[in-house]
Amino acid sequence: MAGNNPNSKPMNLTLKVWRQKNSKAAGNLETYQIKDISPEMSFLEMMDVLNEDLLLKGIDPVAFDHDCREGICGMCSLYINGRAHGPERGTTTCQLHMRKFSDGDTITIEPWRAGPFPVLKDLCTDRSALDRIQQAGGYISVNTGGVPDANEIPIPKTIADKAFDAATCIQCGACVAACKNGSAMLFTSAKVSQLAMLPQGQVERKTRVENMVAQMDKEGFGACTNIGSCAAECPVGISLENIAMLNREYIGASFTSENV
Amino acid sequence: MSWFSKTFSSSIGRKLLVAVTGLFLCSFLVVHLVGNLQLFKGDGGASFNIYSHFMATNPLIRTMEIVLVLGFVFHIYEALVLTRRNKSVRPVQYAYNRPQDNSNWSSRNMGLLGTVILVFLIIHLYNFFWRARFGEPNMIPIEGTDYDDLYSVVVQSFHLWWYVLIYVLGQIALGYHLYHGFSSAFHTLGLNHKKYTPAIQKFGAFFSIVVPAGFAAMPLYFFIKDVVL
Ligand code: HEM
Ligand code: SF4
Ligand code: FES
Repeated sequence: MAGNNPNSKPMNLTLKVWRQKNSKAAGNLETYQIKDISPEMSFLEMMDVLNEDLLLKGIDPVAFDHDCREGICGMCSLYINGRAHGPERGTTTCQLHMRKFSDGDTITIEPWRAGPFPVLKDLCTDRSALDRIQQAGGYISVNTGGVPDANEIPIPKTIADKAFDAATCIQCGACVAACKNGSAMLFTSAKVSQLAMLPQGQVERKTRVENMVAQMDKEGFGACTNIGSCAAECPVGISLENIAMLNREYIGASFTSENV
Repeated sequence: MSWFSKTFSSSIGRKLLVAVTGLFLCSFLVVHLVGNLQLFKGDGGASFNIYSHFMATNPLIRTMEIVLVLGFVFHIYEALVLTRRNKSVRPVQYAYNRPQDNSNWSSRNMGLLGTVILVFLIIHLYNFFWRARFGEPNMIPIEGTDYDDLYSVVVQSFHLWWYVLIYVLGQIALGYHLYHGFSSAFHTLGLNHKKYTPAIQKFGAFFSIVVPAGFAAMPLYFFIKDVVL
């Protein structure tokens, strides 16, 4: 796994970190020097080291979101050197390793920038807008009672695979952060298409897409212009095809659903 | 709000209008280009003048002209509404951003490219359409009938170097606009399939080069033939 720094020497780095007291305060980029960072560290471990340094100096540590630190929860964020989740494709920030950087580098670290993702403190943003899109329709109705047999409903393998791919979205918001339009269409399309493809999702199919798109617009996200930054930066590789499917679902539902 | 206005004021509904009108404008480009190829006939402009006369008087063409104007108005209006809304989504910009690492320039600058096309369009319409319809070009007899001599208006305009430059720049902007726009419109319409999408993308790239190149060839041809040589 050779990166930019294959010789495993500890690195000294200059960090430019967005500091902001709370959602109302104005923020600014602060510069910090950090020493002896091992290339084996993850980016978040490097942030931990920075925070220990800051604590020793009596400076308020940098607030940043994280949870699982293994690429599955979608909680970590960070716009690193102009890219969502940093320079490596297909990874979350917790899975980004410091070997992707070199000794002497300057690293600029900013929060996700989008009106619907207000900064709470430093690098933490409020991404609950995505929850509300999900709540607007990202569910299915199931009967309670006896446990159904596994594989009772036959689903073609290709469809099951596509639906599963869409279902891998971890709701991190990198798609919004990377998009010039601040659009949440990749996220919404992953949630819509995943259920639209499966038999279990048919009951609410039309209402779901109408409500989720309405919520997405209401939250103030932008409109997709098929740029593709979202899919390129998505840590789990949600494909742009899902947005075409979202459009198809939405246009179809608008003209044929019973909701007037 | 009725379901209809709700649909067409949603983000996807507006995109749908941009895509439908955009593809309609593409069909107009084909007709316009094929018709204008008469300029290259080398018959002193006879066929071009007859063709122009037909286009200005045929009732079907005149009706389509209204549809075309509506197509432009909707395309531009909806595209501008979307572009302005999208710009307002990120009130605080990134201090350091590298979009070039994840996307194409043309796809990120559709609003800018569209605006360049609009400016070009205004100049173009003022010079040719306005003068053809409301101006008083010289008359020229072709096979016994008098026709407006629009051919000479075109040829003389293309003797001015700066006019040729405006045309070439306008067509470059159109080329980039279509390089992203053509296949993007199909995506917006939800028409995405592994059997057809690669062909649509290839055709879109072909279209975005050949059509603007065809238009740009006209000013360049007359400028090089009459002024340079
Ligand atoms: C002959 C002239 C034109 C043609 C053939 C054309 C064609 C297209 C096409 C095919 C699209 C793609 C639609 C989509 O992605 O869904 C598009 C998008 C767009 N057009 Fe045009 N257009 C023309 C003129 C203009 C003008 C004059 C403007 C603005 C002043 C404009 C602004 C835009 C914008 C902002 C988009 C981006 C919307 C998006 O990508 O979703 N266009 N155009
Ligand atoms: S689509 Fe990808 S980038 Fe967007 S929220 Fe889901 S996992 Fe994150
Ligand atoms: S912390 Fe869970 S995905 Fe990064």
